[in-house]
Amino acid sequence: MSERGIDNAGRGIRRPGIRPRPSLWRRLDVSARIAFPAASTALLLLMMAAPLGLTGQAALQAAVGLACVFFWSLYRPASMPPMAVFLLGLLADLLSDAPVGVAVLTLLVLHGMAMRWRRVLARQGFLVVWLVFSGLALGAALLEWLLTAALTFRLLPPGPAIFLGVLAAGLYPVLAVPLIRAHQTLAEPDHA
Amino acid sequence: MIRLSIPMRQALARLTLPVLIAAAFGLMLLGKADTLLAEHARTALADALAPIYAVMARPLDHAHQALDNARRVLTVFEDNARLRQENERLRHWQAVALALDAENATLKSNLNWIPDPQASYVTARVVADAGGVYARSVLLAAGPSHHITKGQIALDDRGLVGRVTEVGTRSVRVLLITDINSRVPVTLEGSRARAMLMGTNGPRPRLMHWPEGVQPAEGERVVTSAEADAFPPGLLVGTVHYNASNVPEVQPAARLDRLEVVRLFDYGLRGVLPPEATMLRPPERRR
Repeated sequence: MSERGIDNAGRGIRRPGIRPRPSLWRRLDVSARIAFPAASTALLLLMMAAPLGLTGQAALQAAVGLACVFFWSLYRPASMPPMAVFLLGLLADLLSDAPVGVAVLTLLVLHGMAMRWRRVLARQGFLVVWLVFSGLALGAALLEWLLTAALTFRLLPPGPAIFLGVLAAGLYPVLAVPLIRAHQTLAEPDHA
Repeated sequence: MIRLSIPMRQALARLTLPVLIAAAFGLMLLGKADTLLAEHARTALADALAPIYAVMARPLDHAHQALDNARRVLTVFEDNARLRQENERLRHWQAVALALDAENATLKSNLNWIPDPQASYVTARVVADAGGVYARSVLLAAGPSHHITKGQIALDDRGLVGRVTEVGTRSVRVLLITDINSRVPVTLEGSRARAMLMGTNGPRPRLMHWPEGVQPAEGERVVTSAEADAFPPGLLVGTVHYNASNVPEVQPAARLDRLEVVRLFDYGLRGVLPPEATMLRPPERRR
């Protein structure tokens, strides 16, 4: 994963050089690139709620949310601020029948973990990041299961939670290919 | 824009996450304390999305059908032989049914039987599987001037699907009988014993609370009972099936995993009222 043009706090570095005049179109282009991670994640969540007729689509939607929030929090935190994570969680909650706030808290905790470890993680190879995400996804699925059970006063079968964790771990490499491509091109404000 | 010093800004940035996590807890409490608020927010989002999903649903249905057809071409000979056999069997049963129907009509006319009122119904397209990981419900698209109310009964062409739990201006949410919060009073058709059907979020809801001395038989038909005035009597729910740990479950007759169109019946039942109508009584536990 290239770290071009991002400092440790995730802000774009102003590199010296001649730059084109910041015209309106250019500024629009830059803001669209900055908004790309959160907007694409929201769109993916909405698409996963569409009547695609896939088996386990609800778990797939939750897994996509986990993978996207983790990826962008790790590699482009300036474009995935906590507020965006909060709103994405709220969207996921309202799209499903889950008690409101469960996905919000889960995604925020995942985001916080990714932010805390990003100094170390962003320098690691893909395999290590994947392993860490697998652990985090399983933890997030269990947290969601616990919260849902606590808020509905019901002992829920743990099967779906484990399925969600495993699905998210398996989905990450598949999702990482287009996300890495987008990270280097579409979401890169320096490419504007 | 307020100009802040850099350390101040950094401190604020560090505070955002804890504050938002606290807000998430607040949101959970709020959603629990005021279930109507969460329901309204969810309905508003569903109302906005249902027309879009309804447009998407048609081509997706066609794609699914095309895939199914392609798959069926491979087994067309075996299917044909099986269907021929089944047709023979059904012809026999049709004769039996017609004879029984005639006999039933004669008996009813002899007894001056008061017929059950015909229920009115509307048909709606299922546009999304709306349950999430820990719930089972579907979202229906409805026209802007529909007369669907909470508590109406949803059926597909084969059997009971569930009940309407949320109604928006363009969307309707139906809680499926497989949802963990679903409870359906049923009658075992063979023994006429009453029982409760409890959803487990799995594909087959569990049969519970049947009277002592009666044992649900494998393959026995299960129909709704009019107990608690929540369902009309006699709607087909499914058949009894014992699972590996010898617990009686019901295999739903409706194809709950691939619902495309459902009919919503208004039987005028007000046995289980929505919580906002029963604020004085302790509200029914809902999410």
